[in-house]
Amino acid sequence: MEKPLTQHIVPGRKPLDLKAYEKVGGYQSVRKVLKEMTPTEVQTLVKNSNLRGRGGAGFSTGLKWSFVPMGPDAATPKYLVANADEMEPGTFKDRVLLEGNPHQLIEGMIVAAYAIQASISYVFLRWAYKLAAKEITQAIQEAYEAGYLGKNILGSGFDLDMHLHTGVGRYMCGEETALLNALEGKRANPRAKPPFPQVSGLFGKPTIVNNVETLCNLPHIINNGAEWFKKLSLTEDAGTKLYGVSGRVKKPGCWELPMGTTIREILEDYAGGMQDGYLFKGLLPGGASTDFLVEEHLDLPMDYGSIQAAGSRMGTGTMIILDDQTCPVGFVHNLQHFFAQESCGFCTPCREGLPWVEKILLAIDRGEGKPEHLLTLDFHTKFLGPGNTFCALAPGAMEPLQSALKYFREDFERHIHEHHCPWSIAWQPSI
Amino acid sequence: MLTAQEKHQIDHEISLVPTPQNACIEALKIVQQRQGWISDESLKDVAEYVGMSPAELDSVATFYNLIFRKPVGRHVILVCDSITCWVMGYEDIRDHLYNKLNITYGQTTEDGRFTLLPNCCLGTCDCAPTLMIDNDLYRNLTVEQLDEILIKYT
Repeated sequence: MEKPLTQHIVPGRKPLDLKAYEKVGGYQSVRKVLKEMTPTEVQTLVKNSNLRGRGGAGFSTGLKWSFVPMGPDAATPKYLVANADEMEPGTFKDRVLLEGNPHQLIEGMIVAAYAIQASISYVFLRWAYKLAAKEITQAIQEAYEAGYLGKNILGSGFDLDMHLHTGVGRYMCGEETALLNALEGKRANPRAKPPFPQVSGLFGKPTIVNNVETLCNLPHIINNGAEWFKKLSLTEDAGTKLYGVSGRVKKPGCWELPMGTTIREILEDYAGGMQDGYLFKGLLPGGASTDFLVEEHLDLPMDYGSIQAAGSRMGTGTMIILDDQTCPVGFVHNLQHFFAQESCGFCTPCREGLPWVEKILLAIDRGEGKPEHLLTLDFHTKFLGPGNTFCALAPGAMEPLQSALKYFREDFERHIHEHHCPWSIAWQPSI
Repeated sequence: MLTAQEKHQIDHEISLVPTPQNACIEALKIVQQRQGWISDESLKDVAEYVGMSPAELDSVATFYNLIFRKPVGRHVILVCDSITCWVMGYEDIRDHLYNKLNITYGQTTEDGRFTLLPNCCLGTCDCAPTLMIDNDLYRNLTVEQLDEILIKYT
């Protein structure tokens, strides 16, 4: 089984330095694009590879790039930003790539920057990733010294600067336009679209924001071609995917597997199945802002299309397991507490709706719920849904709620009828 | 008053962006690194230095979780309270810290040693429950390990 993204990552071992990375073929894709390909050819190759954004939205990377104005009349400087602000609860995949092989990310960023002719790039890194910050800082320095960054890279005439920017903590920064505001030293509120960042992004210039895992795929696509990349997958969505599992399983972890590996295989063969004494009840397939899936979905391939067809989203591909001894209402309350806290407060449905949802869930969990509360939760899933808010935070928050109300409604009703949490009478709120 | 070194560091950040205001978060980080937090006085100094009103800068400073607008202890404990850590029982860790340090979230111990704060997912959910103290990440935590960990921070 090919594992292009993680082949040189050994957990607990220091990542390859530049020399060692070059020895295993590192930076070959930079040589290839700079010497043999036009930016348009790179864009076309990536589009043909069917690479889709690994940050959660799953938009075609090549198509995203194609909206950047090109040619001598395009505004400059253009920017490329690596979104390394991994903060989706339950998600820990980009950390693996950042800590394990920073040169792979830099190589991918040079390829992406060349494809859109960006001359300045940023790694927007989460503050909590201290080890990653250290490794990336060192890797960027090595890349400058070796002439992969800076002016006239490898004599090609192409210039690229790269900076590491560490954030100061806010979930909103993962939203690409909010991230750009944060980079500009502003509150991380999302921006109105259009204009899209491809046309008017960082400091009003054309900008592409790509997820870390997306960027790390680029060197391999350049070196091996679009057809090779498609064949890595078991289904229509190309490539491999970093899948993760956390919760009450025997071996929680993160693995690079062919795209389209089934949920059951990931859960049983890699995560080792449920811990003794715990039964599977449900899971969020790709972070806190995805709809629950249950037993009937376990044989679905984990890819964009299959999970969407089942009413959820693959999201980041890192699953969070709900076991039979964990209260689903408490579980969803924890999620809504997070979303209410992290709402930027810019638009009303999100700012006012999420704390309301959180309060109702807390009341239900404490045994103070009323039957009409479920209807109030139901209408929130509509009023905070897509189209009613400024960005995707509140609609994302409603995904686990609406699906919990669908699959675990009886559990919500039991809390209300029995006037206590059936899982724990002594449960304490996490505030 | 900003120190000469702080001004030097802030000037460098300003040189990387189109306007000085674009460097305001970096400037706050620089001052916080020395003082541990951003006092009203520091806020005014930074605002003046980058050409913003104090209110404008405060709207940025208070937006971010890790810019502290109140004094914090010598060490800041950030307890992950997100979903996987909750499933894996982080509340026992939190309650032990409450009892041991005799403070709750948002408070600082009387001796100024620790400030305790809740924090969003630390991105290491396969090793839940987790917390960070200053720059150090602790994973697969049990209540029994906590006391020994705390001793390291004086």
